[in-house]
Amino acid sequence: MVQFLLRRLLVALLVSVTVLTFAFALTRLSGDLAISIAGPNATANDIEVVRKAYGLDQPLITQFFSWIGRAMVGDFGQSYFYRERVSTLIFSRLPITLTLGLVGLGIAVSVALPLGVISALREGRPIDRVISLVALVGQAMPSFWLALVLMITLGLNLGWLPISGTGTWQHFVMPGIVLSFSAIPALLRLTRSGMIDAMAADYIRTARAKGLSRMSIVLKHAARNAAMPVVSIAAVQLGFMLGGSIVIETVFALHGVGFLAWESISKNDFPTVQAVVLLLAVIYTLLTLGADLLNALLDPRLRAQ
Amino acid sequence: MTAPLLEIDRLDIGFGPLSAVRGASLQVRRGETHCLVGESGCGKSVTALAVMGLLARNATRNAVSMRFDGQELMGLDEKAMSRLRGDRMAMIFQEPMTSLNPAYTVGSQMAEVMLRHRGGTRRAALDRAAELLAKVRITSPGMRLGQYPHQLSGGLRQRVMIAMALMCSPELLIADEPTTALDVTVQAQILRLLADLQKDLGLAILLITHDLGVVARTAHHVSVMYAGQVVETAPVADLFANPMHPYTRGLLSCVPVPGKVRPGDPLGSIPGMVPRVEHAFAGCAFRQRCDLARPDCAGTIPRRDFAPGHDYLCQIEPAALVTA
Ligand SMILES: Nc1ncnc2c1ncn2[C@@H]1O[C@H](COP(=O)(O)OP(=O)(O)O)[C@@H](O)[C@H]1O
Ligand code: SF4
Ligand SMILES: [Mg+2]
Repeated sequence: MVQFLLRRLLVALLVSVTVLTFAFALTRLSGDLAISIAGPNATANDIEVVRKAYGLDQPLITQFFSWIGRAMVGDFGQSYFYRERVSTLIFSRLPITLTLGLVGLGIAVSVALPLGVISALREGRPIDRVISLVALVGQAMPSFWLALVLMITLGLNLGWLPISGTGTWQHFVMPGIVLSFSAIPALLRLTRSGMIDAMAADYIRTARAKGLSRMSIVLKHAARNAAMPVVSIAAVQLGFMLGGSIVIETVFALHGVGFLAWESISKNDFPTVQAVVLLLAVIYTLLTLGADLLNALLDPRLRAQ
Repeated sequence: MTAPLLEIDRLDIGFGPLSAVRGASLQVRRGETHCLVGESGCGKSVTALAVMGLLARNATRNAVSMRFDGQELMGLDEKAMSRLRGDRMAMIFQEPMTSLNPAYTVGSQMAEVMLRHRGGTRRAALDRAAELLAKVRITSPGMRLGQYPHQLSGGLRQRVMIAMALMCSPELLIADEPTTALDVTVQAQILRLLADLQKDLGLAILLITHDLGVVARTAHHVSVMYAGQVVETAPVADLFANPMHPYTRGLLSCVPVPGKVRPGDPLGSIPGMVPRVEHAFAGCAFRQRCDLARPDCAGTIPRRDFAPGHDYLCQIEPAALVTA
């Protein structure tokens, strides 16, 4: 168990270092930062002043390590655009994005898991086909289009839900639904295939030979074994949702990290872009680590390693 | 004589166009071991699964009757069958490595049988589980209860399966080649264990096996299956002394002296293969491989009595066979 944990932590660390390097390289590769920062009306002299002030005259390697050093203690510098500290900016936006992601995952899981189980138990029957078809159609729908359809029907025509802002929990329902659509097909397919495999396993025949109830066979014996890949993919999907909430936050005017990323990219606000990329990577790594731990709890064979 | 515990009367099992079992009848008496032998693919496993109501969804099952302790099993719904399974009839399988759920402890998997059929506390169920682990000669049963299947060897897992099958003191235990997947030394231990348990607990066992030594030492009655039919049934001594059906003779051919079978003696091998037969199949399915085959073996084959409790399915009369 300890070895398993250490190995996972090491992988997480390696991923983080790689992402750090990329996040840094990304902004340096996109042209001369000093020119961008100084703005379109700057003189050559202004640019040199900016270059010195931001430390851009130092060798790249020095810049890299000083950036990492500061990033480690949560100092990502000033936002070029907001004139605020990047860390403050991000932490004020993070709760919105996290709420959105969790609502999205919650909806996705509560739709995909039951449907996946039903599909598996009725493999090849009409209900299984219908579910697969609906999932396919759902996957093919672009999220901005779905968002607009929901806003018009639920928001404008029926007036059930607010169409923008973050005031109440109701504000998160529509964006959550839209976000969940991207995760449902993968979760559903894995739940279905996992349950089909599990139900065909020898230990299910044993469970039936013991006279256990259908409920116990499906939910206790099969689901526990089908859950592992589903947990892993759910973590990945949550990562996608957090990173991919840019469109949805923009459409629904939710001022979360996704919206911030969109703004900072369009405004050449590099410290913010870097910090957002890094944050997403860290969240992603933590999620995978969390999924591994959860799987270790589910599977005694993993714990033994 | 009391009625048999399990009475299968002309069981048919089909998978689509294929016929896996054709009119198989057999009886298991209380407290006796009934061995079912035959090559792979003869329909032994599906017969056992049919009794338990565990056939795959694509299987069709028919029988004139199938009675357990006088109760008709044909037409019993899944709910009623599940009350019998694990309680009054139990089954262990050929695959000890995969038959236990990898995600739950031995104790939890054993306890749930008791909790399902008898209720009571989890504590009491675990006590019962520990008692049975000791009975199947597993050391430090208390510690084993907390272990997961992957921590146990194949032999131990099969012992756990046996102990689990005994949780509710069933009257019938069906064991489908319980030792095929195990080492030779472990095989012998498990079979001795089954024989001892059978005497101790007065269990009736339907034992599917390839081991003639086991048949000779543990069986009271033997049924020989071929291509979905029971081609010969006899008390064990009678079968070894006077095998009638040419197929049975082929299986026993490697036994040097009739009646002198050693543990581990395998079934004899007969040239050719078990045919897969369709529903409309007529005649003796063994005729391509039979030295005694005659033209009328393609017609209807009668069941013939040789001695009390000893009958076989063949065109040739007992008197002619004895000298053949
Ligand atoms: N689930 C299934 N689907 C289709 N055919 C099956 C299935 N299970 C068993 N059979 C067929 O039924 C026949 C008898 O199989 P089985 O009872 O397993 O044989 P045995 O146990 O005597 O080796 C075989 O021809 C096998 O291919
Ligand atoms: S019926 Fe004919 S072919 Fe079949 S076993 Fe008897 S003699 Fe052989
Ligand atoms: Mg078999």
